[in-house]
Amino acid sequence: MEPQLSWYLALSAILFTIGVTGVIIKRNVIAMFMCIELMLNAVNLTFVAFASFFQDVTGQLFVFIVMTVAAAEAAVGLGIIIAIFRNRESLDVDEASILKL
Amino acid sequence: MENNLLSLIIFAPLAGAAINWFIGRRVRDERFIGIVACGSVAISAIVAFYLAFMSGGALRSETPVLDHIWTWLQVGNFHADFALGMDRLSGTYALFVTFVGFLIHVFAVGYMHGEAGFYRFFAFLNLFMFSMLTLVLADNFVLMFVGWEGVGLCSYLLIGYYFDKKEAGDAAKKAFITNRIGDWGFVLGIMLTFFVTGSVSFFANPAAGEAAHTALSFFRNQPVETFTAGAIFAGGATSIAVLLFIGAAGKSAQIPLYVWLPDAMAGPTPVSALIHAATMVTAGVYMIVRCSEIFVHAPTAMFIVAIIGAATALFAATIGLAQNDIKKVLAYSTISQLGYMFLACGVGAFIPAIFHVITHAFFKALLFLGSGSVIHGMHHEQDMRRMGGLKKYMPITFATMVTGWLAISGVPIFAGFFSKDEILWRTWSAPAFSLPSTGFSKFLWAIAALTAFLTAVYMTRMMVMTFWGKERFRETHDSKHQEPDHHHGPVEPHESPWLMTVPLIVLAVLSTVGGFIGIPYAFVGKDVNVIEHTLEPVVATAGASTVETHATETPVAEHGEVPATEATHAKHSSEEIAAERMLAGLSVLIALLGIGAGWYLFQKRPLLQMPRLLENKYYVDEVYDAALIHPIEVSSREGLWKFFDMGVIDGLLHSIGEAVTEMGRLARYLQAGFVRGYAAIILVGALILIGVFAYLGFPGV
Repeated sequence: MEPQLSWYLALSAILFTIGVTGVIIKRNVIAMFMCIELMLNAVNLTFVAFASFFQDVTGQLFVFIVMTVAAAEAAVGLGIIIAIFRNRESLDVDEASILKL
Repeated sequence: MENNLLSLIIFAPLAGAAINWFIGRRVRDERFIGIVACGSVAISAIVAFYLAFMSGGALRSETPVLDHIWTWLQVGNFHADFALGMDRLSGTYALFVTFVGFLIHVFAVGYMHGEAGFYRFFAFLNLFMFSMLTLVLADNFVLMFVGWEGVGLCSYLLIGYYFDKKEAGDAAKKAFITNRIGDWGFVLGIMLTFFVTGSVSFFANPAAGEAAHTALSFFRNQPVETFTAGAIFAGGATSIAVLLFIGAAGKSAQIPLYVWLPDAMAGPTPVSALIHAATMVTAGVYMIVRCSEIFVHAPTAMFIVAIIGAATALFAATIGLAQNDIKKVLAYSTISQLGYMFLACGVGAFIPAIFHVITHAFFKALLFLGSGSVIHGMHHEQDMRRMGGLKKYMPITFATMVTGWLAISGVPIFAGFFSKDEILWRTWSAPAFSLPSTGFSKFLWAIAALTAFLTAVYMTRMMVMTFWGKERFRETHDSKHQEPDHHHGPVEPHESPWLMTVPLIVLAVLSTVGGFIGIPYAFVGKDVNVIEHTLEPVVATAGASTVETHATETPVAEHGEVPATEATHAKHSSEEIAAERMLAGLSVLIALLGIGAGWYLFQKRPLLQMPRLLENKYYVDEVYDAALIHPIEVSSREGLWKFFDMGVIDGLLHSIGEAVTEMGRLARYLQAGFVRGYAAIILVGALILIGVFAYLGFPGV
């Protein structure tokens, strides 16, 4: 049985939903961070699926861009996480809430 | 003819001003500052005389001496260069400005002795000479305007010289602001001139490759405009002339812009002599004579000039009758004499106007410096009611002042007689060019003659109150005049030092013999009128074009205006000579009557109470205050400041700021500080967006 486009899209939707849910319910910063990465890769999967389906290389180019940005984001994000941990000795985002009303 | 020396005339005083301002303020040596100031003006005077009288000089040839210093403005076909030109008119002006200016500088060294701001005073005075000479020697309207504003600035600075006195500061501001009104007219006149003629130059300079015609020669081939009120707004020669006259009226203190000149006496007396009597205030006359080519094509404008001139002459003379401050008398006398000059311009007698400017510069500078000498000798007392009997104490000042007094009153052989009589005669015989009828010229003559009579009366009053009669300065000051700086008891008057008396003597000699440059043909039967011969080629002839059209009506109206010498005898018909002699006799009689009346009235009663209306200057200042200044002040404060600035502008800005603050205050509640909350909000937003698109459909799909 040949893999259909809809299979990839379904997998991508499942992965994205897991990512969104994780960001909202997880308290650990690193877990949240991984969920964000999961969302990005879900979108990447959609891109390559469509690129293959339409026989168009543009989608694959977008994936490269997303990966590049994700790498940069990971570098900055991990830096921030380490800074937060050194400061507060905790990775609970709900405690890092001094920038509020 | 190009001659680079010309720029030295204006730049020598500028250098003097710079040296005194930057070096003199540190040296603080009166001898150094005085020598720099007087020396720089002396250089100007010597160069001016050399350029005027050398072979081929400005006064001896038909072509002006030109000096192109640098190209200043050049936009399209608009040319305005920093260039000087000395022709017969500007040459004559430059001569007396530098010479009288030099004498007044010398006088001022003596008068300002011991003043803290000595260097400042002379820096400003030299700067004034620079501006005045730029004004006079400018070869285009725009540079002339630079000089025009320059003299206005220096006038402001020098009136306000005693800036710790409120009245001096107020007078300076008044002079500056009143002049602004006139300058508005002058600027518009310059713009309109360029608009009409395509040029702002006075002199044709073929070497510079300029337009074929200048701003003035453009009008030579134009028809004379009609004598109607509509011509004022037609945008032609008449409109230009009226606008230029507004400028002249501001600078030369004519009705209704004369109010600043009497107050300007708050400045030191040499300033009053140099700026507010001899030179700057005659700049308006110079400008009109310079533009005579425009004015002779604008009979309506000339009519306005004549009327304003005559009205100012009479009006100021009556006020002068009742003033008690010696400088105020001279100030109103100056306004009155300026009115005379404008009257002369208005009836087309441009050369007599310039002649009167010159003689007036001599005798009025003399009278002002004389009054300065009196004030100096009386330890800064200006009120004539507290003088009297001074001739014993100040013999030189007294003798020279007598010369000035006789000159301004119009007693024969003194300078004022010739110029004044010439104006009276030319007013009487004015062609019906700029006037509704020939009878109108008789009316103007009557006003001028009455003014001459009043002039003799108030000058006699001033002399009597100052130099004759009881010595009133020893009397204890009545409480009415008690001022804080008058506690030194009775003063002992003394004669002034030689630095002050020598200029007085030189000016007295000039006031005596200065009139001989303009002896009319009618008196001696020979053509000895030097000034007329000198200026004839550069001054346009009023009514020249109308004579062609009305040749049958006014055959003899062209007295003394045909340049060709062989026509001299033809233009002096015998009945005209008889009429001129008769009128000259009449004006002598008027002068002597005036002196007699003044002597009779004031010799015994020098403190005679004058009509209150005159003493209070017809309440003109109060009327201006109520009609113009107060409404402007109130509408500025209540309307512009409190309503518009504080209400509209500030209110708008404040309400914008408050609105932003308020919105920020509401938006703060979104900032809960929980990262997961934010993520949830993003999710909700994304779902809403997707929902909207799902409901409406994607555009283009």
